[in-house]
Amino acid sequence: MSADRHPLFKPLVFAGGIVFGFGLGFSHMARPEVVLNFLQFEDLGLPFVMFGAAIVSGVAFALLPRIRDAAPLTGDPYERRLKPFDRNVLVGGAVFGVGWGLSGICPGAAYASLGTGNVTILWALAGMFLGAYVQGYWRSRAADTAPAPSGAD
Amino acid sequence: MVADPVALQAAADLFPNGVSRYAVGGLLVGLGTVVIYVGTGIPAGASTFLESTLSYVSGQSRFQQYVGSRDWRLVFTAGIVLGGLAFAATVQSGVVTSSLYEPGTTGQLYEVAGVTLWSTAVQPWRLFLGGILVGVGTRIGKGCTSGHGVCGVGSASKTSLVGVVTFLTVAIGTAQIVAALGVSP
Repeated sequence: MSADRHPLFKPLVFAGGIVFGFGLGFSHMARPEVVLNFLQFEDLGLPFVMFGAAIVSGVAFALLPRIRDAAPLTGDPYERRLKPFDRNVLVGGAVFGVGWGLSGICPGAAYASLGTGNVTILWALAGMFLGAYVQGYWRSRAADTAPAPSGAD
Repeated sequence: MVADPVALQAAADLFPNGVSRYAVGGLLVGLGTVVIYVGTGIPAGASTFLESTLSYVSGQSRFQQYVGSRDWRLVFTAGIVLGGLAFAATVQSGVVTSSLYEPGTTGQLYEVAGVTLWSTAVQPWRLFLGGILVGVGTRIGKGCTSGHGVCGVGSASKTSLVGVVTFLTVAIGTAQIVAALGVSP
């Protein structure tokens, strides 16, 4: 993507974010207790949120490439979100699962939660940034030192 | 056909808050994703914001790869926060009412300048420790509940389906163990 984007690029992303966050508030996914209630089988509503959202986005992901070649604001082709599978998907998914099961919080819902007035969620956000930093620091070092012969520590 | 009252009661026990608030909320989450996708072609996830924002303060190569997307990811996240506030100022405050919305009894409500805000009762140590693991896990695992769960599943991506099954299964196990240990809320 180029630096000189369409003037409506950011306003549209902003508007999409507002609808996204409103939906997280309305569905109570911004409440960690409600997520935990699902994981403890006390209220099975959560899949209606995740799969309801996936169905809506899935329809758009399937239809748009047939209607248009490229997105109007970026000129980028409409592509599906396909990431390569490797062991990291399982390892990362498991680590994320432990965190999600312990706290009831995931990234998008945490941002929306802050908007609903949940100041306590700053603990989770601080944790997420710390975790992402530690992971990124470790990966950067691994990437930077991988080609060079390892010295004695 | 008359619906079996026993089956209805069993279903009601599994969904004490009904399903409409979940389904309507999910449709809106999907709609937000679609709005961005239609205009930009980007299937946006929420967790990359963590790394892209760290690129402002860290020169590590892992974060620098997100310099090109960090500004719009900041805008996306600001939108999500504001969307949560818009929900608080309308539905949560009772200004807008709907039969599709079931209020709920968790956490504590409080008022600031006429807006009903809400705060969780889940203990800070759980949020912080869970947050660290979420931060590490989503970055290793290439996505979170929105990236894999909404955009990836919506793309019928096998990687994302495996990711969702993995984190759902582990999260259920973790939450059950934590509850069995008597940790509440």
